[in-house]
Amino acid sequence: MSTGIPVQYFLILATIMFFTGVYGFLTRRNLITILMSVELILNSVNINFLAFNRYLYPHKLEGMFFSLFVIAVAAAEAAVAIAIIINIYRRFSTINVEDASEMKY
Amino acid sequence: MASNQIMFILFSAMIIVFSVLTVTSRKILRAAVYLLFVLVSTSGLYFLLNYQFLAAVQLTLYAGGIVVLIIFSILLTSHISQKFEPYELKKSVFSAIAVVAGAVLSIITILDYSFSATSEAAKEVDMRLIGKSLLSVEYDGYVLPFEVISVLLLAAMVAAIVVAKKSGPEKSISPKLNQE
Repeated sequence: MSTGIPVQYFLILATIMFFTGVYGFLTRRNLITILMSVELILNSVNINFLAFNRYLYPHKLEGMFFSLFVIAVAAAEAAVAIAIIINIYRRFSTINVEDASEMKY
Repeated sequence: MASNQIMFILFSAMIIVFSVLTVTSRKILRAAVYLLFVLVSTSGLYFLLNYQFLAAVQLTLYAGGIVVLIIFSILLTSHISQKFEPYELKKSVFSAIAVVAGAVLSIITILDYSFSATSEAAKEVDMRLIGKSLLSVEYDGYVLPFEVISVLLLAAMVAAIVVAKKSGPEKSISPKLNQE
């Protein structure tokens, strides 16, 4: 199934995706786009886990289960983050990270 | 060139192009749709690696759940036609330098390292095996992380409701604080 594609290609692809996410995390100022960059980063890590599992340890399932748990954690993280974003929007009428500079009152 | 190589090239090109568009697009709804394309191509990669169950989870949970959640919150918090102002040049240049340096360093390390695969036979990943491993307390079982993740998900959902629900009438509509 995965013959003919070296494992390094998957890792390089995941690296590029990861650092694209880091770039978005550093430059974006809208909270929702920052959340999207975090999703990109989590996804690239999942690709790494699965590639390692398939190529290096095909007799085990650790990478698959770890990425399953990463997906679950990402879902929980997105739910909480969006709740916080909506709360911030209600308080400050903006979700720009530079305008929301106070934590209380 | 074998068909799986063509599919890999297609999926990886889609992932790279759309992830760059996700972080650079100046319309927020478009960025969310590009993120959807990235997640769908990632699930294609999982199919290519022969993890059908995880690819289905990726499609339903990420592409179906999280992207819809993100689009809902975009519609709640911003105008669709609103464009971001362009980034500060200094900030984006320094971020790009840091990111390219990190990526080059990682890729050099990956290419230097010689990965050695085991000679053991590959395990067939079917649903029965996944379900048994998730609920097993044996050496290869994952019942503890499974329980922990279920408690975490419950706590996160309750926390999301508590955080996002309207508080009392005196605090519900506060004046804009940043206009002082």
